[in-house]
Amino acid sequence: MSVLQALDIGLASLVFAVATWTIFAPGAFAATVGYVVYGLLLALVWIRLFAVDVALTEAAIGSGVTGVLLIGAAARLRTAGTAGDEKPLSGLSRLFVAVLCVLVALALAGVVLLLPDQGPSLAQQSMQALPETGLGNPVTAVLIAYRAFDTMLEKVVLVLAVVGVWSLAADKYWGGAPGEARAASPEPTLAFLAQILAPLGILVGIHVFWVGADEPGGAFQGGAILAAMWIIVMMARLTEAPQTNAFWLRVALVAGSLVFLAAGVAGAIFAGSFFAYPPGFAKPVILFIEAFMVLSIAVTLPMLVAGPPRREPRQ
Amino acid sequence: MSLLVDLFSIVAIGAGVFFFLAGTVGLLRFPDALSRLHALTKADNLGLGLVVLGLLPRSESLLAALKLVAIWALVQLAGATAAQLVGRAVRRKGTAA
Repeated sequence: MSVLQALDIGLASLVFAVATWTIFAPGAFAATVGYVVYGLLLALVWIRLFAVDVALTEAAIGSGVTGVLLIGAAARLRTAGTAGDEKPLSGLSRLFVAVLCVLVALALAGVVLLLPDQGPSLAQQSMQALPETGLGNPVTAVLIAYRAFDTMLEKVVLVLAVVGVWSLAADKYWGGAPGEARAASPEPTLAFLAQILAPLGILVGIHVFWVGADEPGGAFQGGAILAAMWIIVMMARLTEAPQTNAFWLRVALVAGSLVFLAAGVAGAIFAGSFFAYPPGFAKPVILFIEAFMVLSIAVTLPMLVAGPPRREPRQ
Repeated sequence: MSLLVDLFSIVAIGAGVFFFLAGTVGLLRFPDALSRLHALTKADNLGLGLVVLGLLPRSESLLAALKLVAIWALVQLAGATAAQLVGRAVRRKGTAA
């Protein structure tokens, strides 16, 4: 057994151990911390599988932004307490759920083990077509060219998620700002971090988006890093979340989906089919779409974290 | 020359791993939250610093080396902030257990 194999087995056992610990963790906060660690370890697993793009996404969105969302949810649950009509599951139903989970896990493990060594793959075709897109990163080509329609719909899902969060607001707060107001004296430690980190993070986020055309990276990862910078500035209470009825905010939220859809329709007119890119111009069109996707992701994720409007709208 | 560079890398990374180990033992064994924080920051600071130092002569270009140093600096920043926040939370709670 080589050193790398031993490391892989150690990493896999660690992922399994952290996952188990997360399930049995005492309280929502501890479980969330376990989940974030689990996500970061999974990112290492993806790197060992040579899927750096997936690793970046897992670390930024799976572990980072989802972790912040879950910690916010745990904190709100703690202040709200459990509702009166909520009862903990009885022992028998707990056992039933556990058995069901183990069965699903075993079935998935079985399917993975039964896969043929040489599975059906489109990798060859996707690498052959890569020069036509003008890109160097096949993952970006899959996301924005080969299965552009799916990716566009994923952007629409993000918009729907924000609408879902906002619709939890009480009627009188509709259109108002979510989250805390800007503090007169922000939390000094977090403010220090935000002031140093945000300029660097914005640079890194744009860089990750830009190199995504040829190297691991892309709109999702870059957008998530930009989103994290806005989230940390809001957490430090250096700035407050914008009013949800702000026109610029709503335009920024839908810009990614709209530009993507418009490019698809333009493909139908100028390049012969829906979501086709004109030959020779594929790369500029793809980067143009991605730039607006970055904007939308960078605005959507902080709005999800900020939660439903909690203050009355100013006129 | 390359033997010297290899030796330097092994010594620096080995020392870094030692600090990570010591930090982890401290995290698990120290009695109260503030001492555990103290142990953890040593792992972040010296452990990662020495690992980066050991990797520097092996980086492909000056840019890659600068990226390694930047990663260490960013982890320092995040670690120091997190330690301050946890320390404050402990003090506010009144118990150091």
